[in-house]
Amino acid sequence: MDPKGLDVSGSDVSVGHPPVLQARGLVKRYGRVVALDHADFDLLPGEILAVIGDNGAGKTTLIKALVGAIQPDAGQIVMDGKPIHFRSPIEARAAGIETVYQNLALAPALSVAENMFLGRERRKSNWVGKYLRTLDRNGMRKEARDRLAALGILTVQNIDQPVESLSGGQRQGIAVARATAFGTRVVVMDEPTAALGVKESRRVLELIIDVKSRGLPIILISHNMPHVFEVADRIHIHRLGQRAAVIKPDEYSMSDAVAIMTGAMQPPDTEAIPLADTGRSTVSGVVHVP
Amino acid sequence: MASTTSETDQETALFAEERRTPLRRIQYFLHLYPTTIPFLVLVLGIVVFASIVGDRFFHPFNLSLVLQQVTVIALLAVGQTMVILVAGIDLSVGAIMVLCSVVMGRLAVVTGLPAEIALAAGILTGAACGFVNGILITGLRLPPFIVTLGTWSIFQSINYLYSKNQTLRQQDVEQMASLLQLTGRSIRLYDYIPLEFLKGAVLTFGSALMIVVAIFVAYVLSRTAFGRHVYTTGDDPEAARLVGINVRLTLIQVYTSAGVICALTGWVLIGRIGAVSPNAGFNANLDSITAVVIGGTSLFGGRGAIIGTLFGALIVGVFRNGLALAGLQNNWQELTVGALIIVAVALDQWIRRVST
Repeated sequence: MDPKGLDVSGSDVSVGHPPVLQARGLVKRYGRVVALDHADFDLLPGEILAVIGDNGAGKTTLIKALVGAIQPDAGQIVMDGKPIHFRSPIEARAAGIETVYQNLALAPALSVAENMFLGRERRKSNWVGKYLRTLDRNGMRKEARDRLAALGILTVQNIDQPVESLSGGQRQGIAVARATAFGTRVVVMDEPTAALGVKESRRVLELIIDVKSRGLPIILISHNMPHVFEVADRIHIHRLGQRAAVIKPDEYSMSDAVAIMTGAMQPPDTEAIPLADTGRSTVSGVVHVP
Repeated sequence: MASTTSETDQETALFAEERRTPLRRIQYFLHLYPTTIPFLVLVLGIVVFASIVGDRFFHPFNLSLVLQQVTVIALLAVGQTMVILVAGIDLSVGAIMVLCSVVMGRLAVVTGLPAEIALAAGILTGAACGFVNGILITGLRLPPFIVTLGTWSIFQSINYLYSKNQTLRQQDVEQMASLLQLTGRSIRLYDYIPLEFLKGAVLTFGSALMIVVAIFVAYVLSRTAFGRHVYTTGDDPEAARLVGINVRLTLIQVYTSAGVICALTGWVLIGRIGAVSPNAGFNANLDSITAVVIGGTSLFGGRGAIIGTLFGALIVGVFRNGLALAGLQNNWQELTVGALIIVAVALDQWIRRVST
């Protein structure tokens, strides 16, 4: 099942820094199209992992499988050493994986504060909240303001502004703030700079580094090579439904990355990261020792 | 890095105090408070008709007559507002209302059930009709316009089949089920609040029920998580789904709630006309949409408020009443209402462009 034959119990990597989120041998078929062909994935703690790949390479499918938006036909996903099966993005969210979608998933007519708590509104803690289901609007407003101020995104008076009156970068900032406010384990960002101008892209990249400094690992999906090489710790290159290689941006050039992506260059051997030991037979039974 | 940060901070600060032309400022203000326009139109209408027609229009009795005249449409429009907020439309509200009133009336008068049971059965009928609308829209993924165009005919036909096209006479309803006519009873406000200008003003229980329901729905929409989900579903269903809102469930809940409100309107209708007629409320569905649209709620979903709808219903009532008192014939009233609709939708389109 695993062509590279990863070791379960051996190396030091799993002792020092057990990976946060891993996948082995993911397969997803759409009719005759194989979107994922035994794809592997590793996210280490506190890192920014960029995922790049040509259109149709299957990187979106990979991410969707990781955040529960689709169910893979085969393979396993492991989070903190435990096998997981998310049946929906809601379940992934409950497990601490937050996604900043490319379309941001904001309600344009609602205010900044309302958008921060969209889908997980908080009720008042007293009887009014219990029996009349009244929302704790002031509490949510205050926390939204604190979160945004901590990331240096908005001035205080903007909190009641409808999101549609904000600039693209500010909207992106709100989506990122929402993800970091509730993401306890992993933040996934899908093309966060694709729709932005130069200045706003810069601000969002700073934001990404800021989030990383808080210790949250980030999966960054992007087409923008300069951005990827600027912020990523490791770069996962996806090709033909598989992980072709994982490279470090200081060891390879952008043109190397593009060459691997398109198949013009033979992918370098990637150092195997073992599955975090679950202590469960189900996992070690699947992954064989070379 | 530091210089970039301060630059962006400046940009953010600039954004807050960005210079706007006066027109742009008005647009922005209306975007934040979309019910300002219907409120101003209502005030303007009252002032204009008070000055043209004089005391006859401003008489407390006439004003309470306006309220009575708009009660049925206003209550239907409260349900319609919820539906339009989720970017839907319900053409069957009038048919549901009449069907429910017929169910209430016939169960009490013809079948001989206690009036309380008949009333409850009528409300359940409304809920069932709304639920059917919601299931068809979410299950078959058909446009709400088509579904409710179909159910409009279906509910109306069921109404005719069940009632055999017979009207229940006022005396019979009064004798067998006076509870159903409760909504038509009224109190003189002066007896409770002895203020001079309230002399002659009356409030029917039906109007009171409409106001209570409107306040309740306004509360649910603006102060509960369900309300937030209604707005988000109408604004951007894909975003709603991604943040974990059950879009289909929200839609079904909205159409079912609208059905219940239609049933309550059926009760108010019985009070208003005394009898139970399967042919009442012929234009009610379009009139309810008119009230919602004039009230500033966007037909594209996600924007609007109940208070605007009440203003919208009152605007229609005030203009019809005022034009009638001014001696203009019915056609002029229709023409004015038509013009109001077009102005309201044009304004909505303009306000929505604020972000670009």
